[in-house]
Amino acid sequence: MSTQRETPTSTPAKRRILGPCSVVFTAANTGSWRLERPQLDESKCIRCGTCARSCPTDCITVSRDGCPVVFDWYYCKGCGICVNECPKNALSLVKERGEH
Amino acid sequence: MPFRMFDGNGAAVEAIRMARPGVIAAYPITPQSSIAEKLSDCVANGQIDAEYIRVESEHSAMSVCVGACLTGVRVATATSSVGLALMHEVCGVTSGCRLPVVMPVVNRSLVAPWSLWCDHQDTMAERDTGWLQFYCGTVQEVLDLTLCAYRISEHQDVLTPSMVCLDGFFLSHSMQKVSAPTDEEAWDFVGPYVRRNMYIDPTDVMFVNDLCPTSEYTEMRYQQKVGFERAADVAREVFDEYGRRFGRRPCTVEKYLLDDADIALVTMGSMSGTAKFAVNELRRQGVKAGLLRICMFRPFPAGEIREALKNVPVVGVVDRSAGLGAAQPPAATEVSAALRGAGCRVFSFVGGLAGRDISDGAFKGLYSELLDVFEGQAQSVNTWFDLKGDPMALREVDIIC
Amino acid sequence: MLKMMAASKGLVTHGVSSCQGCGIELIIRNVLDVLGEDTVLVIPPGCAALFSGTGPEAAVKLAGIQGNLENSAAIASGIAAGFRHQGNEHTTVCAFCGDGATVDIGLQSLSGAMERNENILYICYDNEAYMNTGIQGSSSTPLGASTTTTPAGKPVGSKDLIQIVMAHGVPYAATASVADLGDLRRKVKKAKGIKGCRVLHIHCPCPTGWGYHSSKTIELAREGVDSGAWVLMEYENGRVKLGRRPSKLGHAEDYMKLQKRFRTAVGELTAQTNERIISRYEYLEKLERLGGE
Repeated sequence: MSTQRETPTSTPAKRRILGPCSVVFTAANTGSWRLERPQLDESKCIRCGTCARSCPTDCITVSRDGCPVVFDWYYCKGCGICVNECPKNALSLVKERGEH
Repeated sequence: MPFRMFDGNGAAVEAIRMARPGVIAAYPITPQSSIAEKLSDCVANGQIDAEYIRVESEHSAMSVCVGACLTGVRVATATSSVGLALMHEVCGVTSGCRLPVVMPVVNRSLVAPWSLWCDHQDTMAERDTGWLQFYCGTVQEVLDLTLCAYRISEHQDVLTPSMVCLDGFFLSHSMQKVSAPTDEEAWDFVGPYVRRNMYIDPTDVMFVNDLCPTSEYTEMRYQQKVGFERAADVAREVFDEYGRRFGRRPCTVEKYLLDDADIALVTMGSMSGTAKFAVNELRRQGVKAGLLRICMFRPFPAGEIREALKNVPVVGVVDRSAGLGAAQPPAATEVSAALRGAGCRVFSFVGGLAGRDISDGAFKGLYSELLDVFEGQAQSVNTWFDLKGDPMALREVDIIC
Repeated sequence: MLKMMAASKGLVTHGVSSCQGCGIELIIRNVLDVLGEDTVLVIPPGCAALFSGTGPEAAVKLAGIQGNLENSAAIASGIAAGFRHQGNEHTTVCAFCGDGATVDIGLQSLSGAMERNENILYICYDNEAYMNTGIQGSSSTPLGASTTTTPAGKPVGSKDLIQIVMAHGVPYAATASVADLGDLRRKVKKAKGIKGCRVLHIHCPCPTGWGYHSSKTIELAREGVDSGAWVLMEYENGRVKLGRRPSKLGHAEDYMKLQKRFRTAVGELTAQTNERIISRYEYLEKLERLGGE
């Protein structure tokens, strides 16, 4: 029986593409735009998920246990739709930096 | 090889049929219409196994070709005149995305004035769109060059679309004797379409033709430039192979009695046959006249043209385009540039617009002007030839007092 | 192969440079979530072109092409034909275009594709002006709305795209809105399962162009639906089916006053808008009744 080779028998081939096309899936740090951020009042949150469904950047995760709502601040643009749509007024928009 | 009778449009359809496109999109325009009709016939009767998309414009015809070609099938369309002008925007997408579309263009004037007839203003307006351009002299060449264009355009190092230009009515509607390969021979030559560059494939994702930043645009144009440079070599290789297989070698330029010529005309397209006839007559009279026909205009075979004409003292270039506002019309500009410093004197002729026949008499007149320059009896020529009467007085109306 | 340099929950990157509160972002995420991986996109230049990427950087995990402004339906037709010729009848070919690319410059190619009943899904996100070029008026801009080319308010109303679509007799067409993302997803799912030319016309509020705070995008869309300024409906097999009846039909004041673009449209123009809304809704109701008979 042959043993497992430690090195691959072929190297992954590179292919050149001529002309315009995008081939690398990336993400911009849109969180850097934020002037205001949503703030959660955990006592009011019923974990309904409305904020997550309403988020244009899809950066909100609602979980059944632990912290009910997690924002990905790398992407949250601070638009405030989640605040506006929250049926329990559990979210509010606060200035990104306190001194503003 | 048996001879068959085709008009230019029929020969174009025959070549397309032999290349087995998978998607065809065409919009009718005089004098291209019979190509759109015959292709739909071929699909309807099963001679071509293709999707025929009956588009609502030439713009959409080329757009369909772009989309379909990106999925990895050979595509077909054809157009003419204002149809090509409408297509212009998408022609740039085709070449910029390196899609090797082959398109017969039936040459016809642009508008205004309205005209249905032949000149080269439509394709000359597209000469810098990033397409290869071949100008056919005969119906036989329509077939030969269309078949060759697939091989050249689709070559890995070229990946550049082709316009196979045929003069409206003079070629498109003129029945000529054509020697055609069998379907099997043609297929063996052209071969199946292979996607070699960008594609749209849900299982292997890329997003084509997204916004290109300034930092990359110049490089992508450079890639196209390299494609054109390789196209010149590839065209010669493909023409050689075609010649070996079928006994006729298409050419980038055709040289006729140039070796000892004192004067020569440069022509393109169907006018060249008449010009040769004039050359023969002049030769019989002892005038050392010659002719060079440009068959491949993009990439422009400057080196070959220089080599062929460098020893001809007086050269005249016949443009079937007005070249309004230019120092010289398109072909003359290119030939002059190719002959820069060679010592020949290059003059420009403009005529044959909107289907006006360039007769043997007209050609003899052009040679006579060149001869006057050669013999020192004139310093220049009349660029616009065969003008009728006083062009400025074409319309005169009574003034209402 | 697409090289993955970022993680995302769905098929669209989380970090894309659309404005804060952009309705398109909500729409495209939901649309692609329903359509799934076996989808290719045709996106014309415009705001949605942010999702076709820049340079080597892609913003979606899908194959696609950025076409020209006026030929999305034709390019999509070509892709669908290419797939069909190669035996692929399953991939959804989706054109995702703004109102300018649809009702103005792209109407001809869309009309052709609808007439030929091409197997494509054509989605028009309608933010009622050319937003990407700087808020110029389109034929979808409503009566009285101020844009950079209708600074005194648009003197005429908008084209009725869904009726133009219905006149082509396509197998399925519907309007939707970011006001009701569940309804939108249901319609996308339904459209996905139908063969032929399907058209979705989706109302897409734009904070930048309409002049309102970015948090109000969904609220504004709701006001639009409630007032009848945007009518939710479906067209299937020649029959019109209206969505829930607008609760404040013919009272677009609340909807309009939330937006700076209507600041010049007061009094007479608001009354005219309300009249148009009511007469259009009544006409659509008649169409619905005709289908029911």
